[in-house]
Amino acid sequence: MATVTPESPDTGHTPDEHASDGGQMAEHAQSTGKQNHAHPTDWLYVKVAIALGLLTAFEVFTYFESLHGWGDTAIIIMLILMMLVKFFLVVAFFMHLKFDSPIFWRLFVFGLILAMAVYMVMLTAFRIW
Amino acid sequence: MTSETGAAEAATQSAHAEEHHTSTGISNEKLAMWVFLGSECLLFGGLISVYMFNKGRIGPNDVGPNDVFDIPFTSVSSFVLLMSSLTMVFAVSSIARGDLRGNRIWLTTTAALGATFVAGQVYEFTAFYSEGLGFTTNLFGSAFYALTGFHGAHVTIGIIMLMSLLVMSLRGNLTQERAETVEIIGLYWHFVDIVWIVIFTIVYLFPQ
Repeated sequence: MATVTPESPDTGHTPDEHASDGGQMAEHAQSTGKQNHAHPTDWLYVKVAIALGLLTAFEVFTYFESLHGWGDTAIIIMLILMMLVKFFLVVAFFMHLKFDSPIFWRLFVFGLILAMAVYMVMLTAFRIW
Repeated sequence: MTSETGAAEAATQSAHAEEHHTSTGISNEKLAMWVFLGSECLLFGGLISVYMFNKGRIGPNDVGPNDVFDIPFTSVSSFVLLMSSLTMVFAVSSIARGDLRGNRIWLTTTAALGATFVAGQVYEFTAFYSEGLGFTTNLFGSAFYALTGFHGAHVTIGIIMLMSLLVMSLRGNLTQERAETVEIIGLYWHFVDIVWIVIFTIVYLFPQ
């Protein structure tokens, strides 16, 4: 019989690959009942939360008068960029999409892109821009 | 391949299939939750679009966003909801480690932070109403209450699910072997959080 390297069923990665993932992964693959896949360490979660808090603080800062000289378009672009970074930080780390099966990522992004496309078309049809 | 080896392989495959109850190698429950969350993008996308379309549709003497929004207050609420996502991942990682007591503490903390957010939203709605912005006052009001109300309802459902997990845990029905249940509820909770990230930016912070 051929020798089979144990793989995480939802990532297709071997435990060794997880363990060497930038040093940010837990040393051991934690058992999650039906599936075995590595989770980030709690410290990484804290770092993500700090980044989210700082980004939120900066977003709120843009609301106040001191930045209004920049013009609405610049502020809107900046806010959208910060919103996207926060969005993907939560999705990638807290929702584990960075470490989980790619099929979950594809399903979610499909819904997201479909929603954006449909409503962009709708808003364009109503000449909102 | 001998018949013995074939039988052993068949037994291994059968055990594997029984363990996962899936032909894809990934959990069906988790897959279903991701499909559901993908469809929720369409729901909230619709509500956000309706808000963007109607936010400027107010009469000259009507109550508008600039008259009612309290950005510092809503910022604190947003921060509370963001931090509830952190406590939720701690709940997931604690049960994956088999730390049931830690899991209960983090589930309770997450539910408490969610309840704080919902309480803030109720306070905000009450304040807006007293300032003259009702659901039918103008199109801005209707779109605003529909969007944030739907989100608040989702948070409330999330709190109920978290409390259900806590009851399961206290009854001894939530063990390390069922850690994936906590992870799936966590996915829903984080989704509610990312929806608020979008709502907070587009509804509250975009220049009016």
